[in-house]
Formats: sequence, C-alpha cells, structure tokens
Amino acid sequence: MLGKLTWAAVPLDHPIPLIAGCVAFGVVGGFVVYVVLKGWAPYLWREWITSVDHKRIGVMYIFLAMVMLLRGFSDAIMMRSQQALAFRAPGYLPPEHYDQIFSAHGTLMILFVAMPFMIGLINIVVPLQLGVRDVAFPTLNSVGFWLTATGALLINLSLLIGEFARTGWLPYPPLSGIEYSPGVGVDYYLWSLQISGVGTLLTGVNFVTTILKIRAPGMTYMRMPIFCWTSLASSLLIVAAFPILTATLAMLLLDRYLGFHFFTNEAGGNAMMFMNLIWAWGHPEVYILVLPAFGVFSEVVSTLSGKPLFGYRSMVAATMAICVLAFMVWLHHFFTMGAGANVNAFFAVTTMIIAVPTGVKVFNWLFTMYGGRIRFAPPMLWSIGFLVTFAIGGMTGVLLSVPPADFVLHNSLFLVAHFHNVIIGGVLFGAFAGYTFWFPKAFGFRLEEGLGRAAFWCWFLGFYLAFMPLYVLGFMGMTRRMQHYDIPEWHPWLLLAAAGVVVILAGIGLQIAQLVVSFRHREQLRDTTGDPWNGRSLEWSTSSPPPAFNFAVLPRIEESDAYWQTKQRALRQHVLADEPAYEDIELPRNSATGVVCAFFGTFLGFALIWHIWWLAAISFLGAFATFVAFAWRDRTEYRVSADEVARIDRENRSARRAALAQLGAAE
Amino acid sequence: MELDPARDRAVLERQRDVASPDLFIRRPGFRAECGGLLALLTLTGCGPGILPSEGVVGKGNTTIMIDSLAIMLAIVIPTIVATLAFAWWFRSSNLSARYRPDFVYSGQIEMVTWSIPLMTIMLLGGVAWRGSHDLDPARPLPSDEAPLKIQAVSLDWKWLFIYPDHNIATVNRLVIPAGVPLHFTLTSASVMNAFFIPKLGSMIYTMNRMETQLHLNADQPGTFLGMSSHFSGDGFADMQFNVQALPKDGFSAWIDETRKGATAILTSQTYQDLAKQSVNVAPFAYSAVEPDLFHKVVMQTLPPGPGPVVETSPGASKRGGK
Repeated sequence: MLGKLTWAAVPLDHPIPLIAGCVAFGVVGGFVVYVVLKGWAPYLWREWITSVDHKRIGVMYIFLAMVMLLRGFSDAIMMRSQQALAFRAPGYLPPEHYDQIFSAHGTLMILFVAMPFMIGLINIVVPLQLGVRDVAFPTLNSVGFWLTATGALLINLSLLIGEFARTGWLPYPPLSGIEYSPGVGVDYYLWSLQISGVGTLLTGVNFVTTILKIRAPGMTYMRMPIFCWTSLASSLLIVAAFPILTATLAMLLLDRYLGFHFFTNEAGGNAMMFMNLIWAWGHPEVYILVLPAFGVFSEVVSTLSGKPLFGYRSMVAATMAICVLAFMVWLHHFFTMGAGANVNAFFAVTTMIIAVPTGVKVFNWLFTMYGGRIRFAPPMLWSIGFLVTFAIGGMTGVLLSVPPADFVLHNSLFLVAHFHNVIIGGVLFGAFAGYTFWFPKAFGFRLEEGLGRAAFWCWFLGFYLAFMPLYVLGFMGMTRRMQHYDIPEWHPWLLLAAAGVVVILAGIGLQIAQLVVSFRHREQLRDTTGDPWNGRSLEWSTSSPPPAFNFAVLPRIEESDAYWQTKQRALRQHVLADEPAYEDIELPRNSATGVVCAFFGTFLGFALIWHIWWLAAISFLGAFATFVAFAWRDRTEYRVSADEVARIDRENRSARRAALAQLGAAE
Repeated sequence: MELDPARDRAVLERQRDVASPDLFIRRPGFRAECGGLLALLTLTGCGPGILPSEGVVGKGNTTIMIDSLAIMLAIVIPTIVATLAFAWWFRSSNLSARYRPDFVYSGQIEMVTWSIPLMTIMLLGGVAWRGSHDLDPARPLPSDEAPLKIQAVSLDWKWLFIYPDHNIATVNRLVIPAGVPLHFTLTSASVMNAFFIPKLGSMIYTMNRMETQLHLNADQPGTFLGMSSHFSGDGFADMQFNVQALPKDGFSAWIDETRKGATAILTSQTYQDLAKQSVNVAPFAYSAVEPDLFHKVVMQTLPPGPGPVVETSPGASKRGGK
C-alpha cells in the first residue's frame, strides 16, 4: 500500500536532521496557521498564489531563494563546524549524515537559491525593461515557479522522511547506482531535479519567446538594456542545456528503477558517459547563473555612475560569445580522467578563451565608472565587491584550466574555494545587488541603507575569511568532502574558515534586520517617484510598485537608455510629454493551474521515490487533468477600463512632474 | 619549512631539463618573480601539501602552476587596483573629478580591452598546451632506468597495491624506491576514486572496468601522504595511506622481507573478502599474488565490490538477480 515507506523512514536515530526538519516544517506550518487565522488566506490565494503577474511571480521566486539560502547556509555551518572539530576526532556528524549535508548544500545552493534568485530578478525586471505588459506565457510562468517550489519541498522533506543523497551534488555513478546507494536519497535528488527542471525549462522557453517576440515598439535588439541581453543568453542556455540534464537523470533513474545499464559497472554500462553528460549541462549551468548577474552589475554600475554603459556593443558581443562557448568546455571538470594530452589541451584552450569576453566585461565596467559620478549605495558596493572578488575567482579558474596545475589542485579545497569565489562573488553578490537595486520597484519602498552597507561588509569580509584559507588548504593537499582528518597542519586553517562563516552569518542576520526595519519604516522610505536611483531604463518610468498592466500606454522607443533620454528631453522642455489617449487593457486572468500542478507534482515525486505506484498514477492523472482543464478554459482575460487606466496613470504622471521639478532644481 | 631560494632556483633549473616547458621561464626577471611567488607559496606548503614537490612530475605541475599564476597576477592586480582607484576618484562627492557622461565608447580602449585578455590567454594557452603534453599522466618519464610497475586498485574503502614484477602486494601502504620512475596502472573495484600523492604530483581517477596510467617518481627517500581525492562514499575520509620512498637497496630488502614475512596470499578468494566494504584497515602485505589478478579485476572476471551488505539506508531496495 505504501511502497517502501515504513516508520523506519523517520530518522529517529539521527536527531539533527529530525530536529532541523521539525523546526523547518514547524515554522512553515505555523506560518500557514497564522495566515489562516488572520484571515489572509483568501488574499494570498488571490493576489499571490494564483497570480500570473510576472512581478508577483518574480517576488515569490526570490522569497523561495532566500528561504532556501537559510537552509543551504545551515548546511554550510554544519560542514564548517564539523571540519573544525573533526581533527583526529569523529566530530558530531557521522559520515552517513555529513555526506548528505554537503550533497544537499550544493544541490540547494545552485538549483534552489542561485537559480530562483536569478529567475526571480529576470521575471520582475525584463518585461518592464522591454516596455511590455507581461511575459509571453503568463500561466506557464506560474507553473514554472510552482514546479521549482515542488523540487525544493521534496528535498526538504528528505530531512524528515528517509534521507538525502550521500553522493555529492552531482551523483556520479556507480556510487549513485542502486548497488552502492540502495537508499532513497538519490531518488529524492533525481525526482526533485526532474520536476523542478521541467519548471526551469518552461521558464527558459518563456523568456526566449518574450525577449525575441514581445518588445515595445521601437525597442530594437541594440536598444535593449544589457540585462535583457544577458537574460536572453541565460534563457537560451536553459533551453539548450536543461534537456541534457533531464535526459541524463532519466537514464540514471532507468538504471535505478528498471535495471537498465547506462552507467552501471556491469553489462556494458559506462559511468564516464554520465560525467560527460552531466557536465555538458553543468558547465552551461554556471553561465545560466552568472550571465544575469553580469546584467545586474551592468545596470547598477551604469545607473549609479550616472553614465551609459561603456562599450555596449562589446558587452553584447561578449555575452553572446560566452553563451556559445559555454558548451565547449565541459571536459575541464575531469582533466584527471586520463583522456589524453590532446583532448585535455583542447579543452584547456577553449576554457581559457571564455576568459577573454569575461575580461572584456570587467574592463567595460571599469570604464563605465571612469568619468562617472559614483554613488556608493548598497547595490554599487555589491558591484565593486564583485569586481574585486571576481577578478580573483576568475584567475583561480583559469589556473585550474591549465591541466598540469589541475592535476594537483583538482577536487582539492582550492577547487572548492574557486567555485565559491565565483558563485558567491559573482552570482550571489549579483543577486544581492539586484535585490537592493530593484527592491523599491517591486515593493514601493526603499531598503534601509545603513544596515545594507553593514550586511555587505560582513558578507565581503566573511567571504574572504571563509574561503582564502580554503585556497591555502588546497595547496596543502586537502581534498574536499572529508568527514574527518588527522593532518595537524590543516586544522588552524579550518578554524579560520569556520570563523569566516560566523561573519557571513552576521551578514545574513543584518540582511534580515534590514528587511524588518525597512518594512516597519516603510512610510519614511516610500519611493514616491518610481525612480529612486535616477534610473536609465524603462522600469523606472513606472510607479513603484508598477500597476498590474505595467504601462498605461506602451512606450515608443527611439534610442537606448530610453527612460534617461525621456527625462533629458522633459528637462530641456520643462514639460512631460502630452497625456496619451487611454484605452481599455486586457490582462490575463489569475490561474490556479500552477499551484494545482505542483500539488499533484509533489505527490507524484513522493510516490515515485517511495514506490507507491497507485499514488503516482493518481497524481500524474491529476496533473494532466489540471493541464487539460486549463487548456479548455473559456475566459482567459479580464479588462481594465480606460477610466481606471487613466486614473492610475495620472497619479504616476503627477509624481513624475514633482520628480522632474526636483531634478530641474538640482541641475 | 625552511626557505632556501637557491634550492628553489635549482628546482626550477632541474625542472627545465626534464618535463616542463622552458619557453616562458627563460627570462631572468620573470624567474625571480616566480621564485618569490614560490617562496610565498612554500610558506603555506609545510606538511603534506603539493609544495615543495618531491618528484619530477610534481615539480613540473607546480612550476607550471606558479608560472601561470604569475602571468595572471600581472593583469589581475592592476585591474583590482584600477577598480578601487576609479571607484574612489570618481565618487560623486569628489568635485575635482571630471564628469564625462558622454564617455561611452572609445575604439582604442575597446581595442585594448579585447587584446589584453586575448594576449594573456594566448600566452597561457601555450603554457597549457605544452604542459598538457609534457606532463600527460600516461607519458613515461625520461629515464635510463626501467620503471617499476605498480598496479593500484581502489576498494571500498582502502587501497590495494600489487607489485607484478615482485609478485607481492600491500594494502593501505605504498612502498617505492626513490629515484626510480614508477609506472602505475590503476583501476577500481567498485566506485570511482582518484589516486593522489600531493608531494609527487598528478592525480588520476580510478574507474571500474577501466585502466588508467600514471607515471610518477620520488627524487629522495621520505614518507609522504597518499589519498583518494575523489569522494567515494561513507568511508572516504579513511582512504589515506602512507607512501614510503626507500633508497634502492632498502627497497630490495623490503621486497625480500615482505616475501618471507607476510603470511597472507592474494588469491581470487582472498580478494573477494578484501573487496567487501570496510574502513580503517590497518596496512598489511601479501607475500604472493595470484597471477593476472589485476587483469581479472579490470575485466570483472572477478565481480565488482558488493556495496553495502548490512543495509542502514531508509527505504533501501536491494536489486537481486546477480
């Protein structure tokens, strides 16, 4: 009846995951109860859960990413403290638990923190920057989000019921095969990623279509803000790379569930093929994450330097070059497999070639600052912190792409330090820069700056304290994923790294405090103009938060930096453009399709993990029926009357006039 | 660890003759720079680390590593300095900084921004290309002496080393003659691992049904740390072993001693016992080895390691039919 699921699945003998799981689900459950008691449930259902508004979906993505960041960071605390304690001692985490922690940390941080954070920013910003009212497929967008949430939920469920993978975040066979990992851990990993992967692919399709097909009149490709370009490149990579992931994981699932032999030890299976395939997805994945971050930095550096982006065309060329080259370097993840000198040398050189467009980007940001008037608001701090940190991370990356150097540094803590250097210094700093930059746009009030600065400095210094020792440990021969060790020379550096984690923890604490303080003081911090940074692209021409329809009348674009030019024109002429003729606007209706699909998807994943076949069949039918019901709907849109549009837009225009007067007075 | 620049220099000199590309370390100034960097890294390299290296391969690896690092630092440091300098000088409160909102394109600067990374990468690409060929793990070391053959098998969770020329084997302990080139042939009995002796250089994966090749040597007698450097399951952290490099005559003596002294014999049967999962196996030796045993492991004439026997994983499903 319940497949493999018995009471033995609850890890009563492992108090740490049990307590952590109880606390996590207790908090979530308590929150749900509180919401229901307060009577907020209908509001949440109507305005958020079933919303197909790209801005709302973006906010939910980022909320998910931040919650998962807390979970992933808890794993990091456990790993660092375990290694600080486990010198000639077993520490407090037995191997079977420690192995789950680093696997979960990697999986969560890449796929359920960095990915949703970036996709969330893309969701909020891209349609606004393109000057349009929504994405190409609004309901699909909602489905994508909810399937991602399903994946995150399943992974966290493994705390309480069963176990998570003990194989590392990329489950290399044969270790991840049924012979060596007979538990449900790898199945949790596989089904979570399969389900959320579908969501990510849908998002990729959605944004490729949106950016290629839906732009405001006059918004030619070379007038698009650079964030739109990097989002396009990232979405193209998603469309090209995620099917590889799905196929690879499907093959591993067939091995595990139906006795196939794609990657097994016997019957002609070949585990090396898994490594090739998983990195054919895994390396582009890195650029899926970092390209939108590059876009964020471009917007922030240009806006807060009060200048257009230097070398726009070069930036576009560099972005698209990275997009193509991303698929030509995967083998550098296993130079030590012994593929031979020519193969290694070829992939070493292709890897280094990626450093060229990346280097060009760095120099262009540098020259964007040159001749600017730089305001050191938190988004700019994150950007400068990025430039410094990423230069180091990029350098160690190129160092690892030299095969003889990789032969002694591969899989060491040097490697761990390198990819944290680029993922924290690049992706996460980019996420935080974007978060602080566009927060006023999404919520209508600014984030408190003092706490924002303090949070930045804690993260920045904490990062160096936590990861520079790891570089040193790499030179000292320490390999990754050690549950314990008895080399005395390693111990002090691991203690130092643990101290770094404490400083980062303070940074996270300050970020939470910033959110709370800003919310409580939201009236003082209110962004009345819709343009808190003296921005350049179209998102700043809307009110904060923008109305559901974004633009009362679609803007006509005549040059790049569209909103900046509009402001300059208005300043010269001392008037706003004439009030347009308002018309009725049709907007997509809310849809529960996403959340209902995800509801069934969660049960489907759970049933497949535990071999509860009847439940799997019912859930699959349920999800399919939801899709059919959606496809057969009659009413797809609702209408906002011209009067309503006019009323909302006039408010925005009067705010603009006030802002303009202020700017004019300042000139 | 004592610092001795002369010795470091000598290392570089000797290195040049054996395995590393000398193309980019010929200029004296550059050499001094590298020497300084090497000294800095050596400071952090006490103990079991990759610096200072003890074999031809290790020295080749680390020399290329340090050369590459030096080449890149020449670009990266000025970039970081310029970032901080530009950001500080062009702060909005600095009234003496000239505001140039129209400075958005410059052909010359674009030319420079593309060529600097491009030229750096061409230089480094050359280093990588030559290094990749010179230090290919499968390439025999240049030497008059015939290499000592060692067959290494990674098991859950210990290492088996077979000396086919001497018909003995060890577990979790590797004894090698100093100054003699070593030719490792490696495989895995179960899951992937990587064979790595940081002091001696290049690591290589061990994989089931697959044979990988690795050539190393130790210049001087000594004791080094060896390990698995690819995660292989719950017992992974204990897959470390001691590497003992003995003088040539000491090595021969050790061989004789092991032949006479060890009681265990490695046969297909005893191998299958060994292949079962276990951790913290104390080092021991086999006085004789069944001929061709390594080949049987590679070809899986002997079945792969059985995986967990007593199942502790929740929801474990054991697939039968084997």
